[in-house]
Amino acid sequence: MEATVVKTGTEDKTWGGGNQPLKASYGKMMMWFFIVSDALTFSGFLASYGFSRFKFVDAWPIADEVFTHFPFLHGVEAPMYYVAFMTFILIFSSVTMVLAVDAGHKMKQNKVILYLFLTIIGGLIFLGSQAWEWATFIKGDYGAIETKGGQIIQFLDKEGERVAIRDFVAINDADRIPQTRENGLWFVQDSEYLPSVTFNQVKEGFLANDNLLVRLQHKDEHGQHIILSREESIAKVVNDGQLVVEGANLRHNEYGHPLFANFFFFITGFHGFHVATGVLINIIIFFNVILGTYERRNSYEMVEKVGLYWHFVDLVWVFVFTFFYLV
Amino acid sequence: MSAHAQVHGVEDHHDDHGHHHKETFITKYIFSQDHKMISKQYLITGLFMGVIGILMSLLFRLQLAWPDHKFTIFEIFLGKWGTDGVMDPSVYLALVTIHGTIMVFFVLTAGLSGTFSNLLIPLQIGARDMASGFLNMVSYWLFFLSSVVMLFSLFVEAGPASAGWTIYPPLSALPQSIPGSGAGMTLWLTSIAIFIASSLLGSLNYIVTVINMRTKGMSMTRLPLTIWAFFVTAIIGVVSFPVLFSAALMLIMDRSFGTSFFLSDIYIAGEVLHHQGGSPVLFEHLFWFLGHPEVYIVILPAMGIVSEVMATNSRKPIFGYRAMVASILAIAFLSTIVWGHHMFISGMNPFLGSVFTFTTLLIAIPSAVKAFNWITTLWKGNLQMNTAMLFSIAFVSTFITGGLTGIILGDSALDINVHDTYFVVAHFHLVMGISALYGLLAGVYHWFPKMFEGRMMSKKLGYIHFWVTSIGAYGIFFPMHFVGMAGLPRRYYSNTAFPYFDDLADINVVMTIFAIITISVQVVFLYNFFHSIFYGKKGPKNPWNATTLEWTAEVKHIHGNWDGPIPHVYRWAYDYSKLNKDETDYVIAGQDFIPQNVPLQDNEDELDH
Repeated sequence: MEATVVKTGTEDKTWGGGNQPLKASYGKMMMWFFIVSDALTFSGFLASYGFSRFKFVDAWPIADEVFTHFPFLHGVEAPMYYVAFMTFILIFSSVTMVLAVDAGHKMKQNKVILYLFLTIIGGLIFLGSQAWEWATFIKGDYGAIETKGGQIIQFLDKEGERVAIRDFVAINDADRIPQTRENGLWFVQDSEYLPSVTFNQVKEGFLANDNLLVRLQHKDEHGQHIILSREESIAKVVNDGQLVVEGANLRHNEYGHPLFANFFFFITGFHGFHVATGVLINIIIFFNVILGTYERRNSYEMVEKVGLYWHFVDLVWVFVFTFFYLV
Repeated sequence: MSAHAQVHGVEDHHDDHGHHHKETFITKYIFSQDHKMISKQYLITGLFMGVIGILMSLLFRLQLAWPDHKFTIFEIFLGKWGTDGVMDPSVYLALVTIHGTIMVFFVLTAGLSGTFSNLLIPLQIGARDMASGFLNMVSYWLFFLSSVVMLFSLFVEAGPASAGWTIYPPLSALPQSIPGSGAGMTLWLTSIAIFIASSLLGSLNYIVTVINMRTKGMSMTRLPLTIWAFFVTAIIGVVSFPVLFSAALMLIMDRSFGTSFFLSDIYIAGEVLHHQGGSPVLFEHLFWFLGHPEVYIVILPAMGIVSEVMATNSRKPIFGYRAMVASILAIAFLSTIVWGHHMFISGMNPFLGSVFTFTTLLIAIPSAVKAFNWITTLWKGNLQMNTAMLFSIAFVSTFITGGLTGIILGDSALDINVHDTYFVVAHFHLVMGISALYGLLAGVYHWFPKMFEGRMMSKKLGYIHFWVTSIGAYGIFFPMHFVGMAGLPRRYYSNTAFPYFDDLADINVVMTIFAIITISVQVVFLYNFFHSIFYGKKGPKNPWNATTLEWTAEVKHIHGNWDGPIPHVYRWAYDYSKLNKDETDYVIAGQDFIPQNVPLQDNEDELDH
């Protein structure tokens, strides 16, 4: 065996071959490169978000006015508190994940089980919170009017406080007759979007209430939405108003530009999907730990790999949180 | 067995190479985890898709040459879109769209990089298999699935996607706009999403295999240029495909869920759409962030193959090995910052156009380095005119011809005149289409004995294939430059409505006749390929007297590649015609090459490459 005696000339070199130059197994490197790839997908989304937001920078909703709710605290303005809580939970789950990986390095099965369990719980709380956040956003807050040009106008009282549509419009369902197949109306479909009140009812309520003003989607030079005088407000509602918007969906958004809602649902949804898969993978690994798979394999590297993914998902959230909520 | 070996590194594999699992037909030929079989699966699927894609081009070339003529062949292949032998305009768009998609993604990405990365990475770096044979298998089957979905889309009622392979919205986003933007487009997006997953899994495998599984002595600077090219290609794929994925997902949202990412202010079929605020230019940015690196994903493997084939068949070291590596890296880097040159007249800020012009023209530098090095590799070489070598030389020719027009198109001012004309079509077909196909063909002719257990393809048939193809390809695409400069726009189903273009009708006929000849001669290749699989002459173990490790592996395919221990590597991949210290003979007397697994001899100088 000549080959074993003769030197290849690269014996001491890191990249000389026959070794692991980055001191990482192929599986761990695959996870890293996958993360690179996935990060670029998110970069594509966030760059698109930035592109669109910059395009409508003078009309973009102010996040502090959108995300103001906290569970069980009705009527309390708590801007950003809940999302801060969600973020804290997710980051905390990263901490427990670090502890799980560390326990894995020390081959402490029970500690891995504990910390992995806490991580899974953290992930589930985050997902539940996100569902609640979505539900609140979809349900909406004060309601608004969409103009014929697709602009959102919102209602204020003279003190500048927001006023909900339901507070000044008499809810009257009398002119709404539910149609059924039995009436022979099987071919009629509800319009895709059905607010609780009609535009005319809102217009009447607005005209009857002298205390009300409207403010526009567009912002002034101080970054505040432009508030119209009573006369201008009446003209705006009567001339341009077209549709009542309650809450947000992929087409209409009572908080302002529909792209805000589009990107919110899409990016937080895609991130939520990542968290959900992360939780799922964590659960699989969790059961493998309990079954002692890695004990027998004498290595908890699998925990480390899913840990990488989990930290990545957290890191993405930090960016999503920053760009959607903070700036 | 292999999974066990991967966990503990290649060395432990030595002891258990003797026993092999009993393989069934399914584990050997279908759900195989062996890189050699997966490579063949990629190649044959790619060739199949290639036949379809090229036949589509034949159909629309016939239409372009004889727009008023009725062809029964249209009725046979296009059915209701070819009634009475007249091609329906919408199916013309569908044909060019699917031709582009199939050729770019399915043939030149998966068929080229998938085939040769899989075949050569483990064999040339001295590994038993890919890092993860399982993911490798999944990668192929996702590719297969995406091919099936793409072919299936040809049969939906309103026809396949027709918005061009670049699927710009709003055309692609609104089913009302053209028939092809309905179910066909949905299937197109589904297929490409699956394709991206396949490409990602493949690329991850290639990257980590090259990093972790090189045999002892195989330092990065001893790697054959093929491996460098596949390695960097995989990295570009990991960086750019996910951005196409973002674009595709957002387009799916716009199409099916009512968002407005790319759509705004649209009035169509008497209806005002609710979409507001989106921007089609945003889609173009996202698309071309992939789209441009994609052309390097296509061409880099071909460059690697050509470098390797050319050095072997010139019996000379590749000229400027490190410059070749550096230029691959430079091209890869620059490829990610030039996408805007596809959008010069999209309404993008003209200042941005000049920035992209600058970065685009920078690519000429590493490209010229490569072209120069290939030519100097040939210079005074002892040229072996094997079929693979001929295709490699032709690659350099078409790459230079096509590259020169790239300098014109890359300039934002000059581009205005030739934008969206046949000049562009001629440019990219020569520089990435034909060149990459030549790389693919060179690779097939060169490594056929490695793929099919020592059998060789016929050189005579290869010569016929080569000469007709190389003359024919120039016959198609060279006149196309002039047609383009005369102003003929691309994507037009017929030019008869414009008297200005009447003078160009004849030359369109010339191009189509060349296309018919060139496409026909591919039958010779296919016959040669499939005939040689079963009846090809068996050649020696190392038929081309090459230095690289794959020719030291067993001729018969065994899982693990080498029956004995994995060879160690003592030299770079290009020790051809190296003389001994006294310059009296080659280092190994009478043999003008030194395989990489031969230790440094006493009578040779160690050169620093």
